[in-house]
Amino acid sequence: MSRRTLSDRWFDGLNVAFFSLTLVVIIYPLYFVLISSFSDPDAINGGRVWLWPVDMTWNGYRGIFEDSTIWRGYGNSLIYASLGSLISTALTITGGYALSRKDLVGRSPIMLLILFTMFFQGGMIPTYILVKNLGFLDTVWAMIIPGAISVYQLIIVRTFFQQTIPDELLEAAMMDGCNNMKFFFQIVLPLSTPIVAVIILLNAVSQWNSYFQALIYLKSDELQPLQIILRRILVQNQTTVGSMDWQTAEEMLERAELIKYGVVIVASLPMLILYPFLQKYFVKGIMLGSVKG
Amino acid sequence: MTNRTLWRRVAGNWELYVLLLPTLIYFAIFHYIPMYGLQIAFKNYLPAKGFAGSVWVGFKHFQQFLDSYMFWNILWNTVWLSLYELATFPIPIIMALLLNQLNSNKFKRFVQTVTFAPHFISTVVLVGMLYLFLSPRTGLINRFIEAMGFKAIHFIAEPSWFKSIYVWSGVWQNAGWGMIIYLAALTSIHPELHEAAVVDGANKLKRIWHVDFPGILPTVIILLILNVGNLMSLGFEKAYLLQNSLNASSSEIIQTYVYKQGLAGGKFSYAAAIGLFNSLVNFILLIVVNTIARRMKQASVW
Repeated sequence: MSRRTLSDRWFDGLNVAFFSLTLVVIIYPLYFVLISSFSDPDAINGGRVWLWPVDMTWNGYRGIFEDSTIWRGYGNSLIYASLGSLISTALTITGGYALSRKDLVGRSPIMLLILFTMFFQGGMIPTYILVKNLGFLDTVWAMIIPGAISVYQLIIVRTFFQQTIPDELLEAAMMDGCNNMKFFFQIVLPLSTPIVAVIILLNAVSQWNSYFQALIYLKSDELQPLQIILRRILVQNQTTVGSMDWQTAEEMLERAELIKYGVVIVASLPMLILYPFLQKYFVKGIMLGSVKG
Repeated sequence: MTNRTLWRRVAGNWELYVLLLPTLIYFAIFHYIPMYGLQIAFKNYLPAKGFAGSVWVGFKHFQQFLDSYMFWNILWNTVWLSLYELATFPIPIIMALLLNQLNSNKFKRFVQTVTFAPHFISTVVLVGMLYLFLSPRTGLINRFIEAMGFKAIHFIAEPSWFKSIYVWSGVWQNAGWGMIIYLAALTSIHPELHEAAVVDGANKLKRIWHVDFPGILPTVIILLILNVGNLMSLGFEKAYLLQNSLNASSSEIIQTYVYKQGLAGGKFSYAAAIGLFNSLVNFILLIVVNTIARRMKQASVW
């Protein structure tokens, strides 16, 4: 574009300023948690921590390392996230494929019944009673099965298949004597790695971050996922720092504060590592979902 | 189509039904059985008798909810919080329109990368951070307030602050993420429209208003309809985590009340009735808004 007018230059200047401010508002809280997790609690409380860690200490992370409940929660969450995303993805991809086929008799009424559940649900209480009657209470399955398929993901998958698998491909394969199963597993699946990645990540993230299911379905301590442990530490102020040489109440309290900052970092680590993939594939998922099908 | 050819078409694709079967079973069990179970809202549910076997009591539980001294407070909190949240609906739209006008692609991408990130933080961690930052004694925000010469505010315990904390932490977490869909819609606007507008002497602000905004309006309307249709389904998770006995007068919403009455208090039927009340309000809202949008010849969900 040619020369910019005065008003556009004003606009651009303000626009850059606005987004710079936005960046600060988003980054600074996260950065502050990071530097605080390494800082002396006295320095944090005294307001001396602003731009870098003050009186560096690893005590917070030492406390987290010594806390076996955090690690058990971490392990449980890893199990739920991997098992959950495996099951959800298998169901969503197979179901989504079948629903993408125009020659599926009864496709519209089935789709309608599925879409309806997006707008009207039985709700918390009947679902809880159902899960209880199925014998899932206080088992791994309560974490994974009741929310296994999301309608939204099913739509994304269906749209993907409708857009990427041309009818001619199916016809040609059928001519060669290929049946539906063989076509799905040997031709469609290899072509759909991007959508499989989207669905795996969507489910892994939502499992990792969810605490509602654990709150209502799980009782035993050994089964609790990380988010429940985090809730105890961050929101309910329960920290299990009984051991070691931090004796006075004041020190205990300070250490509990330090652990809070550290635990935010530790819990977000998997997301941080996955972030480049998450950004890429989640955006892709949203784009697919936004196509009206 | 005769029955016979229909049957042949089903049988010919039997493998597809095998692939679909787990999904169908899932929706039947985990969505339609709970809907069937909603009848306990009109019954006195006894676990031993099951959904169907329990005794009908009509609208007793609804009546009890309407008569309870909590009713107006809870309804007010739910509606107020929902509308407050809906009021922030334009923020991602405005951000997307502005981001689209940034000249440097590098800066644009950097802003996106950063603003998407909070979306992946769990609700528990988000609320944990709020507790840390808003703490009256040690929190960053209160230290700032004190440095400015004002008195520290006990945000978490103050009922009047609950709704703002709830809504604005949501904006912080999701506004960037909410831009994606509008940014996608913006890419489908023809560049010629902008070029023509430039020739006509329109500055950026005018082009946003006359070219970009009309271009994404259908997307905006669809999302607005969906938002209104979900108006009253506020997140249970965040409200419950931010709730305490001190701010309860402002933070008790239908979702948290259903949980407390039903699962913590064991009053299944009463809680199911309240949940149903909420779902129906939502459902009606959705239909009304969608109809209005259709009448006005705008986009609609169906």
